[in-house]
Amino acid sequence: MKRSRLASTLLYAAVLLFVLVTLAPVAWLLILSLSPPADLTAKPLRFIPSQIDLSHYRRLLDFGANTPGEAFLLGLRNSLGASVGATLVSMLVSIPAAWAFARYRRRAVTATLYVVLATYMTPAVALVLPLYFMLSALHLLNSVTGLIIVYCAILTPFTAWFIKSAFDALPDEIEQAAAMDGAGVFKTLLYVSLPLARAGIATAALFALLLAWDEFFFALLFTSNADAKTLTVTIADFAAGRATDFGLVAAAGLLTALPPVLIAFGLQKALISGLTTGGVKG
Amino acid sequence: MQRPGSISPWRLLAPMLAIMAAVVGYPVVQTIALAFTDARLLGGLGSAHWVGLDNFIYALTDANFLSATAHTLYFAILSVGFETLFGVLVALLLNEKFRGRTVCRALLVLPWALPTIVNAIMWRLIYQPDFGVLNAVLTQTGVLSGYRGWLGDPDSAMNAVVLADVWKNYPLVALIVLAALQNAPADLYEAARLDGAGAFRRFQVVTWPVIAPPLLVAIVLRSIEALKVFDIVYVMTRGGPASATKTMSFFVYEESFRFLRVGSGASYALIVVLICMVLVTVYMRLLRHGQPA
Repeated sequence: MKRSRLASTLLYAAVLLFVLVTLAPVAWLLILSLSPPADLTAKPLRFIPSQIDLSHYRRLLDFGANTPGEAFLLGLRNSLGASVGATLVSMLVSIPAAWAFARYRRRAVTATLYVVLATYMTPAVALVLPLYFMLSALHLLNSVTGLIIVYCAILTPFTAWFIKSAFDALPDEIEQAAAMDGAGVFKTLLYVSLPLARAGIATAALFALLLAWDEFFFALLFTSNADAKTLTVTIADFAAGRATDFGLVAAAGLLTALPPVLIAFGLQKALISGLTTGGVKG
Repeated sequence: MQRPGSISPWRLLAPMLAIMAAVVGYPVVQTIALAFTDARLLGGLGSAHWVGLDNFIYALTDANFLSATAHTLYFAILSVGFETLFGVLVALLLNEKFRGRTVCRALLVLPWALPTIVNAIMWRLIYQPDFGVLNAVLTQTGVLSGYRGWLGDPDSAMNAVVLADVWKNYPLVALIVLAALQNAPADLYEAARLDGAGAFRRFQVVTWPVIAPPLLVAIVLRSIEALKVFDIVYVMTRGGPASATKTMSFFVYEESFRFLRVGSGASYALIVVLICMVLVTVYMRLLRHGQPA
């Protein structure tokens, strides 16, 4: 079906508007991060930097005592530690669980699956106070280990649900064949199902990393200094207050956003199927 | 399928259930217990006393909490409403055939992937009262006569936060609807067109039935997230100005960690949970009917 000229023009105008609205805010962040400090407070505002200035990035990546660079790099370390640690723990416990959810059709197992899903939607405010007391009793407040433990509350229900659909997609015959050859449940899981579902499992791990990387509420309440503050908390600190260094904040924000954005672009197809099965939330 | 080999599923589930019991199950139970006490954050749990329903009675008669509830509902309805509207419109747009469509679809992932905190910081910078780009653009094009403090004015602060939230989250709705549209039967469109159905009628008869179920899931999912909103508010306004953007979750945070009244904070938290639970139940029903589990 051919479009009329008018319809065509309207369509491209709408597409242009969409591209503009999507890119403009992020482009502005990029411009702020690359502008010399004087440009940022110029009036009237300079929309194009007078020159490309990498000093904000340099300051962030420069490790010196009591500098923003130190806070940023330690935040990066803590975010990496907490995200990777929590993802590993969650994957370890949710792979066998997901397989049980996918293969056992008993009522109690299915009911458990839905409890897990409900858990995934439970507001963090419902957990935060007891978790605070728990970490305090274990002397794990303000530690990456403590964050790894509490992040499991967010990650584990997600990975269990997501990996279950990966196992659901496997054909039954292969596992049955393995069983007939005398392989036990653990062997079948380890040598047959796991390799076959590896793409789905890897995707779950990457999304789990994203979830942990974005986490803010627990990190805000359970950490107090650079020993454990994650990137999200660190850059929120940067942005607080009136007299902030806009260029530095913008650069820190962009660097923090870079890993999840790259992962999301790489995982576009999986993201969309995850969204449509309700496995990935906003 | 019948399980090859015979092992109890509970052995496979046990490690996960143990962790969930520790970091979710036990905390939920303890939050419920705390809500009936006057526990304080620093006094430890030993000094807590049973106070019955006092916290709840206080919460439900506290004008500040009720106004925080109103702010939360305002935020949730407005942001989810616009996310639905723009989500559907953009999905319909990106379902059309045009050059650069693939790139545009990829672009839709960008706001979704941006961490909430980065999004909040980005919009804070855009709204910045003295040097922000929004003020600059609006005054230099003559729309506004002078700079405004978007986040500093109680009348505009919440709407400014909503806009930032919509920008980041409508792509989720759009992606879900777009995926559904690709399953829409093309020959039905053709048939409807041959029958002389106009664009609106075609949308109503062919498109809507295809996108409505997943759209509903997306709306419920977004509503749950919107009702527990905290991060974006914390970074953009800290609940201000004059409590204009203080939401329920923010109230729990302040009561517990600034005023250290944990018992009372827990009762606020439970109220948030109860409201969310209504939607979680709806969500689970939708999912259970939506796919052959």
